[in-house]
Amino acid sequence: MSVVTEFEAGPRAANPAARSDRVFGTLTFAAAVVVLLTLLGVFVSLAMGAWPAFQHFGASFLVTAKWNPVTDRFGALAPLYGTVVTSVIAMLIAVPVGLGIAIFLTETCPRILRRPLGIAIELLAGIPSIIYGIWGLFVFAPFMQSVVQPALIDTLGQVPLIGTLFSGAPYGIGMLTAGLILAIMVLPFIASLARDIFLTVPDMLRESAYGLGMTRWEVNRHIVIPHVRTALVGGIMLSLGRALGETMAVTFVIGNAHRISASILQPGTTISAAIANEFTEATTPLYTASLIALGLVLFILTFIVLAAAQFLLRRMKQKSGV
Amino acid sequence: MASMTRRKAVNAVMMALSTGAAALGLFVLAVILIHLVAKGAGALNLAVFTQDTPAPMDAGGLRNAILGSLIMSAIAVTIGTPIGILAGTYMAEYGRFSKLTKVIRFVNDILLSAPSIVVGLFVYQLLVVTLGHFSALAGAVALAILVIPIVVRTTEDMLLLVPDQLREAGLAMGAPRWVVIRTIAYKAARAGMVTGVLLAIARISGETAPLLFTALSNNFFSLNLTQPMASLPITIFQFALSPYDNWQSLAWAGALLITVAVLALSIIARLVTSRKEKA
Repeated sequence: MSVVTEFEAGPRAANPAARSDRVFGTLTFAAAVVVLLTLLGVFVSLAMGAWPAFQHFGASFLVTAKWNPVTDRFGALAPLYGTVVTSVIAMLIAVPVGLGIAIFLTETCPRILRRPLGIAIELLAGIPSIIYGIWGLFVFAPFMQSVVQPALIDTLGQVPLIGTLFSGAPYGIGMLTAGLILAIMVLPFIASLARDIFLTVPDMLRESAYGLGMTRWEVNRHIVIPHVRTALVGGIMLSLGRALGETMAVTFVIGNAHRISASILQPGTTISAAIANEFTEATTPLYTASLIALGLVLFILTFIVLAAAQFLLRRMKQKSGV
Repeated sequence: MASMTRRKAVNAVMMALSTGAAALGLFVLAVILIHLVAKGAGALNLAVFTQDTPAPMDAGGLRNAILGSLIMSAIAVTIGTPIGILAGTYMAEYGRFSKLTKVIRFVNDILLSAPSIVVGLFVYQLLVVTLGHFSALAGAVALAILVIPIVVRTTEDMLLLVPDQLREAGLAMGAPRWVVIRTIAYKAARAGMVTGVLLAIARISGETAPLLFTALSNNFFSLNLTQPMASLPITIFQFALSPYDNWQSLAWAGALLITVAVLALSIIARLVTSRKEKA
């Protein structure tokens, strides 16, 4: 401990060795500050760039659905809505399937296959999102248009109340398609994260539960999942953070329409897709500022989600004493 | 308590569902990879590597885009690795017990998952607006910002795994701390740190969003760092959304190249660490 505080106390550099130590220590400190300044810089630069938009539209920017480059009227509601809806669709599908994969990998999977399958899923989690995007555009969207969407319109679309969610023409692209692509993209991420979290449960706990005569499902449902609940929620929030900010997987298949439709089969847009599509084509300063303002909204949104995720994940680390 | 048969039935159903989930997930991901290989391999030929991006309906390749990606990734790693390693060193060595380290760890984890398009906007404000034009350098800086948090994280984690006895032994022999860090801690943590850098390269080689309005793109061969430069991901993005057949098939070829590169890098990164573990 005394060695650690020596640098911070900053004693006079008495000999060359101590001086070079101070230089190196300061260098590492400077690099650490760079990390801090990067995040700060992102906030400040986005706030500055977005300022004209907030000055012009005020807080109504956040609740206006109009997006009209011709008349220079901009509002964030439609992309914000699209971001939230596509992410919710993605999480509704990816979370249960991802947890299922994690349970499979830690319980049912034959022992020989566990390692290779686990590695395969981790590798898939690293595949860049543009790959999912191009596949979504050329393969998945046509499949949605010719098979899935007509089926949805004919069945769920006819049900009262929820029918409007599945109404309209099958375009192939749209909110549902984007949400599904997002789900496929975050699936390996959630699965490998959940598996790692499940593996932190002490074997003793499982064995005691089995010893009491519980079935596999009961052990997972009543022992494993409650034991790691906090971390699991943290991991899910982390994946949600990814989904909210994802650009390329969504941009290809969302349709880029600044409108809020009742039907999830209709084209829409998300914050990241709007920025990716329109930024280099923004003709007026107010247009550019509005797009940067969208970026700021997205950053704040993901910041909150990611901060919450970290808080929860860290609580598990403290508890298990890692 | 429910009856034994009922509990067994519930168990069977739930375990079948989890197996089904695994089968479904792996099936979908396998379908994507199969499509990618089928469409990408069909479009791959020597011209992809030797010719530049063509006009619509013309023959050509991806040479300028591949080279642009390599150049920008190389610069990004050159900028990001030293900063990341030094910052990680501060957190694990000099500032292990300081409050600042806790703050940086939090900030770093946010940067690790922050939307990359926001990083692109930041660098646009920082380097494109101020300098007045899009440039390969701005693209490289945007990628460097994605490299730093990955390297910071792995460096800190790996250094913390080095037993303190090793450091104490070095200090007891009279070596200054920075010599101990350099010759003992770095040496012990090297494999993990290399893995971090490799994973960072894998991460940025497919990143599209941060390049959209920093490096922009360029249909011609260019090595000028102050001018817009083509990159594989952006070229894929533009070509895939075009109506031209030849552009679309080049997009598939590019997508396959990126995937192979990313997978190869991740596998090498794993091998580096696993060999170390055995030794």
